[in-house]
Amino acid sequence: MSTIPAELDVLHAYRMLRLLREFEDQLHVAIARGNVPGFTHLYAGEEASAVGVCLHLADSDVLCSTHRAHGHFLAKGGDLDALALEIFGKEGGACGGKGGSMHVADWSRGMWGANAIIGASVPHAIGAGFAFQYRGERGVAVSFGGDGASNQGAGFESMNLAKILNLPVLFVLEDNGYAETTASGWSVAGKPVERAGGFGIPSVEVDGSDLVDVYTKIAVGVQRARNGGGPSFFHVRVPLFHGHYEGDPETYRAPGEVRQLRAERDCITQFRAAAITAGRADAAALDAIDADSAARAAAAIERAQNAPFPPISALTTDVYARP
Amino acid sequence: MSIKSTREAIKEALIAEMERDERVFIIGEDIAGGMGAPGEQDAWGGVFGVTKGLLGRFGRRRVIDTPISETAFLGLGIGAANAGLRPVVEIMFVDFFGVCFDQVLNNMAKFRYMYGGKASTPITVRTSYGAGFGAAAQHSQALYPMFAHIPGIKVALPSNAYDAKGLLTAAMRDEDPVIFFEHKALYDAACEVPDESYVLPFGEAAVVREGKDCCIVAFGHMVQLAQQAAVILAREGIETTIIDPRTIAPLDTATIVDAIAACGRLVVVDEASPVCGMASEIAALAATECPRALKAPVQKVTPPAVPIPFSPALEAAYLPTAKAIAAAVRRTLQ
Repeated sequence: MSTIPAELDVLHAYRMLRLLREFEDQLHVAIARGNVPGFTHLYAGEEASAVGVCLHLADSDVLCSTHRAHGHFLAKGGDLDALALEIFGKEGGACGGKGGSMHVADWSRGMWGANAIIGASVPHAIGAGFAFQYRGERGVAVSFGGDGASNQGAGFESMNLAKILNLPVLFVLEDNGYAETTASGWSVAGKPVERAGGFGIPSVEVDGSDLVDVYTKIAVGVQRARNGGGPSFFHVRVPLFHGHYEGDPETYRAPGEVRQLRAERDCITQFRAAAITAGRADAAALDAIDADSAARAAAAIERAQNAPFPPISALTTDVYARP
Repeated sequence: MSIKSTREAIKEALIAEMERDERVFIIGEDIAGGMGAPGEQDAWGGVFGVTKGLLGRFGRRRVIDTPISETAFLGLGIGAANAGLRPVVEIMFVDFFGVCFDQVLNNMAKFRYMYGGKASTPITVRTSYGAGFGAAAQHSQALYPMFAHIPGIKVALPSNAYDAKGLLTAAMRDEDPVIFFEHKALYDAACEVPDESYVLPFGEAAVVREGKDCCIVAFGHMVQLAQQAAVILAREGIETTIIDPRTIAPLDTATIVDAIAACGRLVVVDEASPVCGMASEIAALAATECPRALKAPVQKVTPPAVPIPFSPALEAAYLPTAKAIAAAVRRTLQ
């Protein structure tokens, strides 16, 4: 674990990590009970990536995400209740129940949405970066993608265009080891940092189980983008604590693999220990955050379970700006 | 007001809107031309010269040449639109949507709905289409029905320079994504076009000609062929109505149905494939909305369901003609 920078608000960072984890741990239980419609892809294990990135972002900065977006949504400041309601397909959800888990978004917070076509959102991030540059603003756009997305042409085209237009964009590759059932060790030829480096984009490996490593390396990219230095690329290795989707029997994984990841690469236990060791937080304060996060997550899920579905009249609205 | 080609009319619309609205920029392959090259800048102004001269007026900040990366620059346009800009993206030939269709199908068309009305993507995508130029199977298609099939986007299909200027201006001011189809044969076709800006509302068909015997619904460049057919038929004493829908999403079904019902006979002229195309759509409209008015079977005038051939002899046989349209009208009267 790296040394925690003095300016990092330890309790705030821990609160974010814990909220993401608690929400999904409890959601996992609700899904297992059959209470959640459709398909959900849990982010648990990858929290340090979303939190470590979003600690540097303002609401006016833009984040473009993937199908595995609950963590990005919350880390970017999205409302917990709106997230839960959306995942349950209920009225008042972040997308009015029209998007679901795979499309959660909070446009007022610069969270431009989960996008469930692998790699499709990467060019939208460079579009957001283009708009900042066009207007002479200092905003940055962050594109999150997985190792699966890293093999899509949209990503390569976007890195090339972002570089030649010198756009303020961060490409964050969250490599959780799997594109559905297919191992990234097999499917990704060469090294992601060398691929991005081939475009002349500054690229760095990041330990996604170490919040501080994410936080400090992303800081460099955000500063580069805000100062007109163009795009950066980050290969963040993260553990995946659940399957590709909820209900995935995970037969492609090694026996004991997840248990080992949870024991050795849990970003929350690591950050907690580092914070206590460094004297930046005491256990009681962190315990209080744990309890509060659990209570908030439980309340949001219960509220969503009991909420009404959208009215049927919503079926045909929002197709165009005007009916 | 003066006689202007469709190329000039489109350029006027772009210039006026870029001068009026700082948020508008244009982006595409060789849209100026010569980026990074040692020779002339603004070398092409687009492959058909439509945007020639805009670089000199607006500079590289707002006239942006791109690498051949349709997914990236169309996606960039979508993102910029989401951020509140008004991009006009050029996809050089409609055929090239094959490499970036996901950005249309799953992204620009879906954002407003799947994000619960919180996202807005006011992007205009200009593209050229149409056969008759020896460009063969990958540069000649008329794929507009594929786009009309997708809820969430609008599709404009002007048949003349006047409509092109008004519809493109409307597209750039629209809050929703618009695909704007420019037939290659129309670039040099000229008519009276006002100098000032004007908007032609989407979803309002034009009644190009009125006659009692048969209604011809024609799309895009096919409207010109229908007009030629109407002249031939008039000499025979056959009077036709011609409807130009101008936009196919939204489609002005009321005007079309009224015209079909008034004539009792229908010919549909579409340069797209006959399968699941606009000809089929209008035939279905007649069958569902005014079946009792029909005095004869509906006639579809379309190319055959084959890829577009290169040889001039084969390409000529592929395309609908005024003669074929006139023959179809006569069949409805037998």
